[in-house]
Amino acid sequence: MSDGSPMTDKSPAPIKMRVQETIILRIVGKGLVPFILLFALYVQFHGDYGPGGGFQAGVIFAAGLILHALIYGLDELRRAVPQFVVEIGIALGTLIYGAVGLWSMVSGGTFLDYGVLNDHDPSHGQHLGILLVELGVGITVTFVMVGIFYAFAGRSRQ
Amino acid sequence: MGEQVMGSMIEALLFLLMIILALYIAQLRSLFAAAMLFGIFSLISAGMLTLMDAVDVAFTEAAVGAGISTVLFLGALGPTTSEETRPLHHAWSAKLVVIATGLMLAYGTLDMPAYGDPNAPIHMHVAPHYLVESVEEIGIPNVVTSVLASYRGYDTFGETTVVLTAAVGAILLLGGAVARNDGLADHHGLDDHEGLADHDGLADHDGLDEDDGQDEPENKGGGNAA
Repeated sequence: MSDGSPMTDKSPAPIKMRVQETIILRIVGKGLVPFILLFALYVQFHGDYGPGGGFQAGVIFAAGLILHALIYGLDELRRAVPQFVVEIGIALGTLIYGAVGLWSMVSGGTFLDYGVLNDHDPSHGQHLGILLVELGVGITVTFVMVGIFYAFAGRSRQ
Repeated sequence: MGEQVMGSMIEALLFLLMIILALYIAQLRSLFAAAMLFGIFSLISAGMLTLMDAVDVAFTEAAVGAGISTVLFLGALGPTTSEETRPLHHAWSAKLVVIATGLMLAYGTLDMPAYGDPNAPIHMHVAPHYLVESVEEIGIPNVVTSVLASYRGYDTFGETTVVLTAAVGAILLLGGAVARNDGLADHHGLDDHEGLADHDGLADHDGLDEDDGQDEPENKGGGNAA
């Protein structure tokens, strides 16, 4: 197993090949990707007012990225979002979440009690806390989904 | 009233579809078709949740169940075959356990309050407080977000950690050192898996951009040699 051959297999799975070969899927998919990413941001930051939030936004954002990989191949997505970015992102989101909790403790409240984050109006503190926490969830979920996709798609046998 | 009857008829129909789909998927041998039908199953359950006015959950179900899971299932089909091999013997004991568990779960639901009962314990405890006070206390129109991110912030933190753990597990077990080793398929056993995990970090960080596309022959060769 340690024969010095290249370590990773970047060849896309058979199913991806088929998407790449079909011009209609490719063109339609290409046009959809930016809108999917934009929709994910809308879901992320509109979660206070409508259905949605970090989990859904993260999944939708990851779906956009994965669609990109299905169209252009796994290599292209790995170029745009390298593995180390994925690994940092996975941890970063959870760290943001935990940091908000610590911040509220430092500000004199209990863990994840956002009310104390704003001196003037507790509900403003709640707004800020929820925004940041949801952002952390969104970042983690996005990169977790992409990371799991890399792990599976990278193993594909050609 | 008519609207209500209509709603429960649609629910019954969706339920029936889900049961039929589940039974059909269970006996299916084509893994590709099963992955697709799982997606449809999730989409139907998202429809169910929408009918129950749980739009946030329906949203998640549609995005995760019908979207990402299907792609991940298809990705997982890559390293394997798209056809399930016939089992050597019928696993009667497994079927027995599944049926017994199902019956017990069904029996358990007999104790639960009727669907939509406003006097159910779950609607009497903290729910009224959230519904009435959350706009004042949190200042956010979507009560679900208030509960999820603020009142139940601990739980959501835990859920995020669960998601993180899932990715760490997947990356350690499957990611990175791919072409070198088909340990799972070739029954090499424990040593290989440990090897995989050990080399992960290295493979990922160093080799990302350099070794594009050139390793297909080696991959095949490695697989055969192993």
